[in-house]
Amino acid sequence: MVTNGIAGWNTDSGGGMMNASENTLTQPGKGPAVEKLKHDFPIDTVADKSIISIEDVNFYYGAAHALKSINVEIPEKKATAFIGPSGCGKTTLLRCLNRMNDLILNTRITGKISLDGNDIYDSSTDVINLRRRVGMIFQKWNPFPKSIYENIVYGLRIVGINNRSFLDEVAEKSLRRAALWDEVKDNLNKSATDLSGGQQQRLCIARALAVEPEVLLMDEPCSALDPISTAKVEELIHELKDSFTIVIVTHNMQQAARCADRTAFFYLGELIEFGETGTLFTTPQKRQTEDYITGRFG
Amino acid sequence: MVTREIQAKVAANKRFDGIFAVIGLVATFVGMITLAALIFDLLTDGGGRLTYTFFTAFPSRFAAQAGILSAWIGTCLIMFVTAVTAVPMGVAAGVYLEEYARKNWVTALIEINIANLAGVPSIVYGLMALGLFVYQLKLGQSILTAGLTLALLILPIVIVATREAIRAVPSTMREAAYALGATKWQTTRDHVLPYSMGGILTGVIIALSRAIGETAPLITIGALTFIAFLPDSPIKAEFPFISFEWLMSPFTVMPIQMFNWVSRPQQEFHLNAAATGLVLMVMTLLMNGVAIYFRYRFRKWIKW
Repeated sequence: MVTNGIAGWNTDSGGGMMNASENTLTQPGKGPAVEKLKHDFPIDTVADKSIISIEDVNFYYGAAHALKSINVEIPEKKATAFIGPSGCGKTTLLRCLNRMNDLILNTRITGKISLDGNDIYDSSTDVINLRRRVGMIFQKWNPFPKSIYENIVYGLRIVGINNRSFLDEVAEKSLRRAALWDEVKDNLNKSATDLSGGQQQRLCIARALAVEPEVLLMDEPCSALDPISTAKVEELIHELKDSFTIVIVTHNMQQAARCADRTAFFYLGELIEFGETGTLFTTPQKRQTEDYITGRFG
Repeated sequence: MVTREIQAKVAANKRFDGIFAVIGLVATFVGMITLAALIFDLLTDGGGRLTYTFFTAFPSRFAAQAGILSAWIGTCLIMFVTAVTAVPMGVAAGVYLEEYARKNWVTALIEINIANLAGVPSIVYGLMALGLFVYQLKLGQSILTAGLTLALLILPIVIVATREAIRAVPSTMREAAYALGATKWQTTRDHVLPYSMGGILTGVIIALSRAIGETAPLITIGALTFIAFLPDSPIKAEFPFISFEWLMSPFTVMPIQMFNWVSRPQQEFHLNAAATGLVLMVMTLLMNGVAIYFRYRFRKWIKW
């Protein structure tokens, strides 16, 4: 099912490059704030289109009930953040979106998750295809112990693309998009694992971008990075959300406030609150959200 | 008062530390000295027999003219058959159990059985091979039978080594591949197997060095101890250039040749046995050296 989003947040384009406090100044229905124009890209003024619909999803690890009837609409070409204390289910939900949880034994999911209206857990869904449309960046960077070049083009090689000039082109484009090209362009045949942590994480982003996914899932992509590398990755998220839908799980509330257009707050497997990032951080509707973002627990 | 007690306890702990270091050192030296004594003994006895003709002569009634030509060629051919059958089967089984098989009571049962098979005495394998390969399949008392017997013997070791090596590949590598849309087979072929290759090869070579010294199962299936001819050559001058006649040839191997010479009353034959022992030992050490090299070569490139 393709919806136009949920009432209450579909009219506000939000987003853009603004931080949370500025975002809250944008009133619903009034379109983008003027200061956003300092970024030279067109601002999406139409109502958000949902790309992923999560409907009444429950998830179980054995007997443990990890997600309790979650409903979220992920807007297209926006960044959506999942926040919450450890063990609240945000990573579990993220991994449901490209069916990575299929790899974990003894798990069960109920409810419906659809990508562009198609149920991804339907028996007719090709998981391989799904994962090519929904890429993933992991908490701990995981480049293959191969060359930088081979890492990037792996997603193309496995579908039989071996045309050298095409692969070269994709490698350069992906590395440029991941803001890594200038740092590695002379060392494409060097081992990827010799790069610094931040570079390795951006390489993983480039590798995911090379297959041209529509959605990019990021599971705490900066939690093991220093502040400078974190800033680079966050900057990247800002740039990428023009072309990709981004869902980011983070422990860092400032990061959610800086990067995301929408934020969902999870607690003990339940979705407590979901809304426009600025609103959620400045005027949370629920007591638990307020307690968490003001640091009273979590 | 309390501090003094603590100090006394700390001093006692330190003494124990020192005592354990000494015990450990002694234990290490016992092993080292035994090995050194063994090598020294073999060298003094058999070192003089290690001439060129020793490797190119057939066994003989005369100790001074006897050589190990048929034995070392038999050993090499059997090792080849063993490796060619046991390695693909063992690696495939290990990959299946680790990557593909559902984890339920059936696989648990299979796992326990494989672990137990690794501990079955080798002569039992010999008996089984005699019944299966020699009597049932009528493969004869041949190189093929011997190779298959030893392959069965080391199969559990190869499987276990493969599984250990595969388990050492972090799951983050598999996740990275799956997240890019790789299938299970692509993930296994492009990542799991290459990254675990060092460990697998090490396990394979250790298994082969066990097989190379095996005597009991080969005697059970009917290895000869005196062979004065070579198997048919695998390479031919005329079409199709490759022949498998040698597979059906009778054989002997170095440990059996050694056993034969040791059991003779004449002292000179004992020297031949010692020399054969040296050759076997050098072969095993070389194989282990290759295993260490592989481990180094493959792990140098791989870190996560």
